[in-house]
Amino acid sequence: MLQVTDLHASVVDADEEILKGLSLSIGAGEVHAIMGPNGSGKSTFANVLLGRPDYVVNSGVVTFDDEDILELFPDQRALRGMFLAFQYPAEIPGVRPWQFLKAALDARREYAGEKPLSVRDFSKLFDDKVEAVGIDPDLVKRSLNEGFSGGEKKRNEMLQLEMLEPRLAILDETDSGLDVDALRIVAEGVNSLRSPDRSFLIVTHYQRLLNYIKPDVVHILVDGRIVETGGPELAITVENSGYEQYITAAMAD
Amino acid sequence: MTLANATGEKYAADFKALTESRPVSDWMSELRQSGWDHFDSIGFPTARRGNELWKYTNLAALDQGKFGFQFDEPGAVEPDVLRERAPWSDDWSTLVFINGRYSESLSQVSSGDGVQVRNFSDPANSESLRTNLGTHAAVDENAFSALNTAFLVDGGFVQIPDNREDTSPIHLLFVTTSGGSRAIYPRTLVVSGINSRSTVIESYISLGEEGGFTAPVAEYVLNSGAGIEHYRVLVENEESFHIGTTRVYQLDNSTFTSTSFALGPKIGRNDVHVLLDAPGAECTLNGLYLTTGDQHMDNHISTTHAKPNGTSHQFYKGVLSGNSRAVFSGRVLVEKDAQKTQAFQKDLNLVLSHGAEIDTKPSLEIYADDVQCAHGATAGHTDPEAIFYMQARGIDEVTAQAMLMRGFASEIVDMIGVDGLQDYVHGVVEEVIPRLQAAAD
Ligand SMILES: Nc1ncnc2c1ncn2[C@@H]1O[C@H](COP(=O)(O)OP(=O)(O)O)[C@@H](O)[C@H]1O
Ligand SMILES: [Mg+2]
Repeated sequence: MLQVTDLHASVVDADEEILKGLSLSIGAGEVHAIMGPNGSGKSTFANVLLGRPDYVVNSGVVTFDDEDILELFPDQRALRGMFLAFQYPAEIPGVRPWQFLKAALDARREYAGEKPLSVRDFSKLFDDKVEAVGIDPDLVKRSLNEGFSGGEKKRNEMLQLEMLEPRLAILDETDSGLDVDALRIVAEGVNSLRSPDRSFLIVTHYQRLLNYIKPDVVHILVDGRIVETGGPELAITVENSGYEQYITAAMAD
Repeated sequence: MTLANATGEKYAADFKALTESRPVSDWMSELRQSGWDHFDSIGFPTARRGNELWKYTNLAALDQGKFGFQFDEPGAVEPDVLRERAPWSDDWSTLVFINGRYSESLSQVSSGDGVQVRNFSDPANSESLRTNLGTHAAVDENAFSALNTAFLVDGGFVQIPDNREDTSPIHLLFVTTSGGSRAIYPRTLVVSGINSRSTVIESYISLGEEGGFTAPVAEYVLNSGAGIEHYRVLVENEESFHIGTTRVYQLDNSTFTSTSFALGPKIGRNDVHVLLDAPGAECTLNGLYLTTGDQHMDNHISTTHAKPNGTSHQFYKGVLSGNSRAVFSGRVLVEKDAQKTQAFQKDLNLVLSHGAEIDTKPSLEIYADDVQCAHGATAGHTDPEAIFYMQARGIDEVTAQAMLMRGFASEIVDMIGVDGLQDYVHGVVEEVIPRLQAAAD
């Protein structure tokens, strides 16, 4: 489904590369985890996949369903089924979650050749999901993410994930700053959406979330490259022994 | 005669023609004459040096003798056209003025709760009209107040009785049909009785494409405990000149809550001054201005706290695009006696193009020692992070930007407590957003 080959990327107008030859491949229905120390480029990778304009891709290829996506606008990537749950969701002043999600879902349905949901059907879906994700109904009357706590922002990202039902969901540290209850909600959300044609890329710093969501493949990202790939047991190894060995090895290169 | 240029001669001839053609009561004729005398001695404030009040707004175009007063009958306008193009509800009491002249046939006034809503020149000149007209927006206030007073013919007079409850809005609708070389002087006087409640809408719209010159003056008097919810809607076309003067006089525990909406004319000025002249008065001035092309919109807002325990808010927002320019010059003066004053000022702007320019100057001048005041101003583009966030959910960039603009404007639009009016302003904002976007970088 997603194929990344030798991806090099840097911040616009900066010389130093952040992603230095990253490759990975995610098949349909698979759950991959990316773990790595702070500053190793996890968020950069997640954002580059969606086409954030702050970054430039210097070389490499990214295909989604065999289509080269690097020239596509972020919204075109999203319409093709990609989704990023942000580590730090932006505040959207003056736009309420309901309004925002209606616009997003309408766009997606239009792209798929479907009619927009009626306000009534949409509202029902929205209310159900708000409850399922455990969001305070008062919160959705406010501007999106404005004045939301860290945990509320993350739940809100999950709400959007569940509403939009993407085919590739990238979760960037959705677990950080969450208590165990919230963590369970995230895991339940992901697990309930798992299906043979939907894939996940879970970016996390800790192994904790992976107790609830069992990944098929775990990658270790250090200094802009995948330095090791393995099964779920790799997450436990890393949790126990830390990233030191990988960092030392990367420095030695 | 001190106005020696072409403009001066033209206005002098117009004034002479008016006084000869229409005899009015002595007091009104004296008021007009004092307006003329003032204008004649000061002329337009076109000086580009030492002219602090008009520093940002160049009125040279007004001083070229193009515009003149035309005394004629109100032009013919189909009622349906007003319903379509102006804020309108059959539930409101509406006085309609076409090119400055009162149109009885288009107006519709429901009487019942003792409110007087009528044209000035109605022979039943009341004592209240006589004592208040020109008292709060005096002829020496500025050149436009003087000019407006000199050419007083028709205008909206609203007298709210004591203890009146707010049943339905009162609307003063000033329409320009063909601008051309026409100068129009709309006038409003609202006097609200003790503990009364009312909603008053002033709107200024143009139906034609030509630009005229409109110089309205509005005076609001709030007696003890009175409350006025005020709206000012400026939706004249892009070629027009609009220099508006609003003066508000508040007595103890009265509340004036105003929301202004201005779509940039060619040159626009919204000059508002509120005097809180007795303890415990409260005043809120909110506004939204949208400018593009080479429009110029100058919001000159000031509040004077003369007595203790008053509260005032100034909250304006602007969206600027193209090569337009907007000004927020907001002043709060807290006089020595005005202890326990609370005053807040804020001006926030979305500036969508490099060619657009905002001059925002909130200022507090405080002479009392026990006060609580704060002010702030910002100007910035739509947040690229927010745009990316929305794009990452499948919303295209143009739609995302429009949603942010709408969200920005909605903070003020949502404050409009009159349904029909909120829908109207909302509709105008929706119409303008694509134009602002087209001129954005
Ligand atoms: N927009 C940016 N501007 C400047 N530096 C950035 C930007 N994004 C990422 N970086 C830098 O790139 C490196 C990787 O950051 P990031 O991808 O956020 O790491 P991680 O998510 O793994 O903690 C860090 O050194 C960070 O400072
Ligand atoms: Mg990160």
